[in-house]
Amino acid sequence: MAERERRLTPPYGGVFVARTRVMSADDMQRATKRMAHEIIERNQGLDDVVVIGLQTGGVPLAARLCEALELIDGSEVPLGCLDVAFYRDDIGLRPVLPETVTDIPCDLDGRTVVLVDDVLFTGRTIRAALDALSDYGRARAVQLAVMVDRGHRELPIRPDFVGKNLPTRRDEAVDVTADGVDLGEMVK
Amino acid sequence: MSRPVSNPRHGSMRNLLSIADLGPDVAAGIDEVMTLTDSFVEVSERTIPKVPALRGRTVVSLFFEDSTRTRLSFETAAKRLSADTMNFSVSTSSVKKGESLRDTIETIEAMGVDAIVVRHASAGVPRQVAQWASSAVINAGDGWHEHPTQALLDCYTIRQRFGDVAGKRIAIVGDIRHSRVARSNVAAFTALGADVTLVAPPTLLPPSLEGWPVKISTDIDAVLPTVDVCYLLRMQRERMTEALIPSIREYSNRFGLNEKRAELLPDHALIMHPGPMNRGVEIDAAVADHPNTVIVDQVRNGVAVRMAVLFLLLGSGTTWGGEADV
Repeated sequence: MAERERRLTPPYGGVFVARTRVMSADDMQRATKRMAHEIIERNQGLDDVVVIGLQTGGVPLAARLCEALELIDGSEVPLGCLDVAFYRDDIGLRPVLPETVTDIPCDLDGRTVVLVDDVLFTGRTIRAALDALSDYGRARAVQLAVMVDRGHRELPIRPDFVGKNLPTRRDEAVDVTADGVDLGEMVK
Repeated sequence: MSRPVSNPRHGSMRNLLSIADLGPDVAAGIDEVMTLTDSFVEVSERTIPKVPALRGRTVVSLFFEDSTRTRLSFETAAKRLSADTMNFSVSTSSVKKGESLRDTIETIEAMGVDAIVVRHASAGVPRQVAQWASSAVINAGDGWHEHPTQALLDCYTIRQRFGDVAGKRIAIVGDIRHSRVARSNVAAFTALGADVTLVAPPTLLPPSLEGWPVKISTDIDAVLPTVDVCYLLRMQRERMTEALIPSIREYSNRFGLNEKRAELLPDHALIMHPGPMNRGVEIDAAVADHPNTVIVDQVRNGVAVRMAVLFLLLGSGTTWGGEADV
């Protein structure tokens, strides 16, 4: 399986070596569709729902989720992206630079925000994202959709919509691309 | 995935004393600051223009010379990053009682600051301070030497309007000799591949222009129709020790940008000025309010650029260690 360079996993990058493929591209597509249905079910439609992907892994997933939602419901769903670099609690502990400019398409006051990320691990990124969101307005509710929940939470945060629950060891690494989800290790 | 998050250069960039400090590849260093500035421009446009990135850090501004823009700009930038700010003004400090610069720095350092922003009338003071201090030192203008954050915000303003600085024809007009802004800007503009022409009376050019990749002209009317940016400098009367020009009025007639001269500029050309302006000397009051004048943009971008510089020096990964997460 292909090796891929990763910059953000401990300790600050290395090469990801895949061991097992845990989801194929088709699996991801089905999971996305299912999550879209769950989102519509939970919110009884898509009124005031905004989909926001987290940089960088969540952005393509958010776009696909948005497509799926629009396909099912027929209404247009605002799509944005959020970079949480300035809100991280590990600034100064490791290199932190934003990947892109944050783009929030509308005022969040009274909206339901669906945050989208690829992998949910310690929960610290989501903590930072919640802080960042509150600077853009007071959302009525914030829900979390992730492709993979790999456990090992360090904060009281749980996802609302999960593509796959994946039990992992702490030292393993999960890699999500358009081709699928791989479980493996980081090699320095 | 395009940009490396851990940049070893920033690990070593502890101070910003001159444009050359941005790394062995100055253009890449400037681009890095510009890209980060985009994010801070977005932050500045929000209803709550503040991020917690530098919470708990302290930035002290140490200004031995007067300033409105730079001082307020650095202070605003630090506050928008949630850093604490301290202000030091010479007139109300122990410097008045004869305390030396070194003792002043050591006193400030002992209070536990993370960055010192220095402005001084003598060239080289920030470098000297950087040797004494363990915190990050940012040059906010030293004598005739450099004013790097001004050059960065000027590059950003040009990039914002034209998309790129490379290939742009830029005329820097006025008192080049006494201008730290001109020195930093020549370094930054030429590093980015702009075509720079200095326009000034011979007495207001530096004694030596060796190694400056620029063209020289004394005829502003011939240069103006060919440029994309007309960058005016302030007549620094406080730094002039001898009569370098016959009179301010004579200078204003021959080199000042009046309404008639402004018509020589191409329609798209920008008029820039680092401030403070002497209306009626290097720039006419009417031209200062011309639609192509981007002086207000320069000031606005200054805050975002200084946020980027502070974040690169204090927050982006200059300290290593600790546990990371995904």
